Parts: sequence; C-alpha cells; structure tokens
Amino acid sequence: MSDLAGVSSTLLYAAFIFYLVGTFLFGGSIRQKGLRDDERLNRWGIFAITATIIGFIAQLGYFFTRWAAAGHAPVSNLFEFITFFGMMVVGAFILIFFIYKTAILGLFALPIAVIIIAYASMFPREISPLIPALQSDWLHIHVTTAAAGQGILAISFIAGIIYLVKNIDQSVSTKKTKWLEVIMFTILSVVGFIIVTTSFGLANYSASFEYVNKEEASAVQEFTLPALVGPNEGVLVTEGKMEPFVDMPAFINANKLNTVLWSLATGTLLYLLIRLLFKKRVAALMQPLVRNVSSDLLDEISYRSVLIGFPVFTLGALIFAMIWAQIAWTRFWGWDPKEVWALITFLFYAAFLHLRLSKGWHGERSAWLSVVGFGIIMFNTVAVNLVIAGLHSYA
Amino acid sequence: MGKVKCECGHVNPHGTILCESCGRALTEEAKKENLVDMRYEGSARRSQTYNKTIIDKVWNFFSSVKVGIWVIVLILVAASFGTILPQEFYIPGNIPPETYYEDVYGTFGKIYYMIGFHDLYNSVWFIALIAALGVSLVIASLDRVVPLYRALKTQRVDRHESFMKKQRLFAEQQAVLQESDLQKVREELKKKRYKIREVNGALFAEKNRFTRWGPYVNHAGLIIFLFGAMLRSVQGMYVDELLWIREGETLQIPGAGGDYYIKNDGFTLENYEEGEDPEVFNEAIDRVGTVAKNYQTDAVLYRNSNNDLPGAEPELKKVLEDDIQVNQPMKFNSFAVYQTSFREDEMKAMHFALTNKTTGEEVGDVVIDLFDQQKSYDLGNGYKVELKGYYPDFDGFTKEGEPISKSPLPNKPAFLFNMISPEKPEGEVSFVEIQNTMEPLGETIYKMKFKNLETRDVSALTIRKDLTLPILVIGGIIFMIGVIQGSYWNHRRIWIREKGGYIYTAGHTNKNWHGLKREIDSVLDGTAIPEPKDRQKD
Repeated sequence: MSDLAGVSSTLLYAAFIFYLVGTFLFGGSIRQKGLRDDERLNRWGIFAITATIIGFIAQLGYFFTRWAAAGHAPVSNLFEFITFFGMMVVGAFILIFFIYKTAILGLFALPIAVIIIAYASMFPREISPLIPALQSDWLHIHVTTAAAGQGILAISFIAGIIYLVKNIDQSVSTKKTKWLEVIMFTILSVVGFIIVTTSFGLANYSASFEYVNKEEASAVQEFTLPALVGPNEGVLVTEGKMEPFVDMPAFINANKLNTVLWSLATGTLLYLLIRLLFKKRVAALMQPLVRNVSSDLLDEISYRSVLIGFPVFTLGALIFAMIWAQIAWTRFWGWDPKEVWALITFLFYAAFLHLRLSKGWHGERSAWLSVVGFGIIMFNTVAVNLVIAGLHSYA
Repeated sequence: MGKVKCECGHVNPHGTILCESCGRALTEEAKKENLVDMRYEGSARRSQTYNKTIIDKVWNFFSSVKVGIWVIVLILVAASFGTILPQEFYIPGNIPPETYYEDVYGTFGKIYYMIGFHDLYNSVWFIALIAALGVSLVIASLDRVVPLYRALKTQRVDRHESFMKKQRLFAEQQAVLQESDLQKVREELKKKRYKIREVNGALFAEKNRFTRWGPYVNHAGLIIFLFGAMLRSVQGMYVDELLWIREGETLQIPGAGGDYYIKNDGFTLENYEEGEDPEVFNEAIDRVGTVAKNYQTDAVLYRNSNNDLPGAEPELKKVLEDDIQVNQPMKFNSFAVYQTSFREDEMKAMHFALTNKTTGEEVGDVVIDLFDQQKSYDLGNGYKVELKGYYPDFDGFTKEGEPISKSPLPNKPAFLFNMISPEKPEGEVSFVEIQNTMEPLGETIYKMKFKNLETRDVSALTIRKDLTLPILVIGGIIFMIGVIQGSYWNHRRIWIREKGGYIYTAGHTNKNWHGLKREIDSVLDGTAIPEPKDRQKD
C-alpha cells in the first residue's frame, strides 16, 4: 500500500520536472508564429509539447496510483484538489494547443501550472481518510468536473494575460501598466509564499502561542513562520522564537494573516529585485517574448476557452454540486460561501459572454475580464477555503 | 403599422433593418454602414421598433442586454457581500444574532447586522433582483428569438450583392464561375457537413443553425428553474423539519401529517482507527487526532394505519428498516430522512442504592428513569424512597430556597428524595445532585448512594420533502442542453455568387472566425473562386 503511495509521489515529482522542462522548450520555440494548419511546429515546439504530454501522463499516473492507495480519488483535501486543478490547467492547455498550435500559450500556461502545483504542495500532503460527508461517488464526479471547468477557464486567463502583455503600451506609465504590474506582483507573491514556506519548513521552524479565541476560550496556535502578527492576547510558549510586533483581534486568524504578510513581503522583494536588475516593468520585460503572436488569435483563444469551459464549470460546480448537496447536506442549495462563490463565478462568466456577444467587448476589455474571472476562481479555490469558514473548509 | 416591402419583393415586418430574404439594407443608417450588423440578422425586434406606451417602455427596458448584464453584476456583487460574515443560519443557535455579530465582529459586525446583511439572501431587495433577472430572461429572449427565427427561415440563397459586400468576410473578383470549381466546392462543403442550396448560379452553404437557439433554450431552462424555486413557498410542496430522536424512541415524523412514525434502534459513531483502517491513513490520523468514519442511525419506519380515525390510538405497521448514514438518506414516498447531527451519551437513567450511612449496608437499588420518573420506589420491608422533586437541568436555588431547573433536558439532574425506613417511617429528606448531597432538614441515617448512570445517544434527523425537485431537474437539464448547444457549435454560412461578370464570396459565423476562415480556405483551395478576406481587425 505505502509503496503505491511512494510511487505516486515520485510520479508527481516527475510531472513537475517535465512541466519545468516543457516551459524552457516552449521558450525556445516562440519564434514560431503558429497561426495556421499549414505552418508546422518547429522542432522546439514538438519537443516542448512532448515534454508537456509526458508530464501530464506522469501526473495522471500520480492521480490513479494515489487513488488506488487511498481507495478514493485524490481530490479530498486542499493539496489534492489544487494539484488536480494544476493538472486540469495542463490538460486544458494541451487541448487548446492542439486546436490553435500556439507555442506562446505553453510558455505561460506551464509556469502557471507549476506554480499551482508547488503551491498545493505547501499544504499537508498525507493521504487522508474520507469523513462521512465526503463518502460518495459524487465526490469524484463533482470535484473533477468543477476542476476541469476551472482549468479550461484558466486558459482564457492565460491567453488574456498574453494579450495584455503584448498590447499594453509600455512606453508610458498608465493605469493599465500599473494593473498589469499588480497581476505580476500577485503571481510573484505566490512564488514568495512557496519560497518562504519551503525555507522555514526545511529549517523546521515552529512557535506555539497560547491565546484567547473567538469563543473567549483559551487555545493554542502553532506558527510555522516567524510571527509578524500574533493571535489575540497571544503568549509565546516556545522559547527563543520571534515575538510578534502586534496582536490581532480574536476574529482574525493571525497564523493565516501572518503567512499572507510573509508572502507579500517576499513577493515585494522579488518584484523590486527584478525591477532593479532590469530597470523595466515586469510586463515590459516579457513583452518581447510575445511579439510574434497574433492578437486576434489570442482573443479568439481566450473567448473559445470560456465557451468550452463555461458549460463544464456549470455542470461540475453548480449542477453536480447541487445534486450532491441534496444527498449529503439535505438541500441542493444553502448559501454556503463556496456555493455562493461558485455562483458568482458562473454569473461573472455569464456577464462576460453577454458583454462579448452583445456589447462587443473584444480584445483588451475581454482580456481584462478573463483576468478578473480567474481572480474570482482563485479566490474561490484558495481564499474561501482558508479565510471564510464554511462547509467546504478542509481540515 | 405598415409592413416594409423590399425591392426584391419580400414583405418584411415593420422595423426590419435588413430584408429577411435578400439582405438589402432597408433603413438609411443601415445603408450607410460599411459592415452590416448581423447579430440578429437585422430583423425587426419589438424593442427597437416601438417606444410609446408604458408597456413598450417596460418591454424595452428589460429586453436590453445592458440591463440584463447590470442585473447579473448587481446579483454577483450582492451575493459576495453575504459571504463576508457568516449568514444568520450558520451562526451558533444558542446565541441571538442581535448580540452575536457585535460580540464576535465588533462594530463592523453590528453594522452588518443592522443593514440586514446577516440574512441577505432572504432580503426583499435580493429576491427582487432575482425576479428582475427572471423578467429580463423572458423578455430579452422573446424580443430576439421570434424575429431571428423568421429571418433565418426566410433567408434566400441569392443574397443581394450589397448584403454580401457588407459582410466581415468578403471578396470579389472579375471572373466567371467554373462548373468544375463549383463541383469541387460542393464536395468539400459536403465533407464538412454543410447544407447546400443553389439558385440562379448562386450557392449558399449553411451549417449548425440550431446552435443559434442555444441561448434561448438555456434561458428557458433558467426560467423553469427559477419558477420551480418559487414554487417552494406553495403549501405542501416543501417540508424541512429537524427531529431529535433518542435511542429506543419512536416518534411521529413531523411534516408527514401523522402518517408516519420512526424509531431509533441505535446510533453509531465510528472513527478511523490506526491498525484497523488502511495504513496509509495513519499519518493523517496522527496529525488530526480523530477522523470520523461513520454517523449512522438504525431506523425503523412505521405507518399509522389509524391516522384517518379521529381520536384513535396510533396503530403502527412496520414499513421498512434502514441504516441512515450521511450521504445515504432513507427514502419513502416523497420524503427523505437524513442523518444530520447527534449528541452522544445523553443521560437516560440513574441508579442509586439506599444506603445506611454508618454501616454502609445497601438496602436496595432505585433506578430513576430521567424521562419517566415514579412518585415512589418501594424497596420492601418498610423501605421506600419517595421522589419529592426532580430538576433535570439544575441551576441553583431561588432566594426562597427552591431549586431551579434551567430546561427540561436532563443535562444536570438533581433530586429531592424522601427516604422512608423502619427507623424513620416519616422519612428523611435528602437533596442529591451529581457529586453532591445535601441534607436540608438535618442529618440523616440513610443516603442515596450513586451507583451508575445509563446513557444513550440522540440522533438528529432532517425530514425533507421537496416536490419542486423534478421541475428544477427539468430546468437544469434544459439549461445544460442550451448552453452546450450554443457553445460547442458555430453557425456558419458561406455565400458564393456570380453576377455581372463578378464572383462574390462572403462568409459569416456567429463566433470562432478563425475556424470559419480555415474552413473557407480549405474549401476554396485550388479553385479560381476568390478567398474572402477578414475586413474587421481589432
């Protein structure tokens, strides 16, 4: 049994490496325009997509071996779900790649998938048994379909961001360049989170605090990063660790806020480093990479991904979700925060489609919308589980 | 209002922009445009034609996609506000919301509660927004689908060249159509599953027109869904009850009109155990502590065959036995019974021994059922224990010295006994609570010695009936069909026409222009027919 789990972890690791390799290969192939059927992929492109597919197969291997080891599909905790989401982003990319044959998409999609999988690995990775509420085949059906929908919608974001990097004038500083930098900064902060968590994890940092919780009872919180902010009336129990600068009120989870602060700080550091090193905006730095791709095509890919992903998302995140909720929670709809945010995602993309169809929001506006849409998806995937307490919050 | 007759002879409804048949521009604005607006085929939409009466104005307001989008965005934003703090139905039931929000979240919580966001989704304005969405769905769909259907049905093969010239994909060339070219085009088009019609040397190929109805089908599904959701408030359509049932109890099922009774034959809580369960779970169990594996109520369902007879005792006939687990509700008729919650080890009975304090001799045992007490317990030989007072949830004494019970639930039972013995035939009084005995009227010879406690679990079952479900299912299915129908296909049209020594080609699709261009390229490849060029670049 545990052998199988070991094989599974190795396969995930292999997938991760292949995606990284794929990223570099796509980097080499972007002189290719890749617009039409008759223009064949260059050798770099073929290697790149091959590496991607091998990585994807390895990750499928991870998925099914872990399934066999656990006895249930590995989509039952935050690590497993986000990893699966990363896999779906790659899967959706492969699908779209074979429709449009654009290498540049890979250069952006694979790093995003790599970051997503690395991010997932920061959460507890052990195989967890299913609590009664999760013991249903609908777990597999609902979660996988919803993640597949999100993965396809993520491609819309990736095409959108390439569109913006390509088309936003970097010769002057405008609101648009600033917002684009905000997106880049956000991505760097996620990288920052991965770096800090891994570093302090390797150093086995741990500091316990006794504090007074929301219910005014005494409780203990363990920090795995040095506490910049401490819990409500917190007292450091572990000796020789850093004292927080300020205590938070009881309704704020100081541990999580602390992690966010560390991530933002590291993200800022990374961002400033890049700015100082290259003397350019991050987006401006990337602009030459995307020069060759057609804006029209990017717009089309972004829109097409929404068209393909929206029905899948609706089916998985709303319809299957409602069926399961009726069985497990006695009612198909209960305004649980995760449900509400799935509805918000649905409504947002519905608005996106209507704006595009009827108000002619093409090109840049559409690209901004796809970025916002992905923001909502990530908010629902990450923040709703971690920040807003509800039925979906995982242990 | 008058109809509009086009030069081609076709009579169009009032308000038509492009002739339904030949495609000529009928209005001055349309004549001036470089590219025709093909969104609804230039058909006569009511909202674009009439704007006089109040009905017109309401219709026009709700038929606007802009208004629809605003409603969607408002619902979206409003819905997100409801997730900032937990909604009223998720806060602990024992604390009143008036104080909960302020206590836990401070001033922000107080304001949140004051403006009604604690119950946002049931607020009048939120429901009004949903209603506006429903109205918008109906009107906007009707305003478009009828004229669109007419226009697509009436379109002719040989469109007027002015129509073709104003298409986004268009080419013209001075040449003559060769039959060999046409033959090749026909074959290629057929391979790509186009429907081909030809009239007077004009060729018109079309495919996937059905995808144009997708939006209207999915809107219809949504309307049915919203209608179904509305029906919940109709009497008898919906039951949502919570039933706390103790092990061994048989209770009437609420909401079922007295027809059904349910018995709790035992509640089970299982946790995952290292050693018993697969080894791979050990690490997780170690980290988290306990992980629940199963919540289960073994239930027996009875039907009361005497329910129709007024005043008759219920006569219970067993209908079925079922293990109710999370994710596996018990179902009967249109009801489902769910495992929702539980309370372990509620006190059921207490065992005492009447004991002589000096000798320690136990005269006899008294078992007090906390739900069904007797007035006195006779132990024989002149020994007897009278229960003078029972306080199931003891909470101290009043100023007058009377014991108080906080609730009827046996959370902290206390008893006032009168112990009768041959030595004290009048009895002696003892007040007994858990781990404490008082002798309010003086020292006693005997005492009630606590022996043990019987407990049992209480299971909470949700009783649910929802007759709106079939309607919601139908609405959901129709919605999904419509979304897929509209998303995964494209309505593509290709026109090829020779007139006055020129060959005109034009193409139109409702989406995915790259796909259409590629398709046209491969169809016209190797022929003398000009390839249409995209004239709209972002």
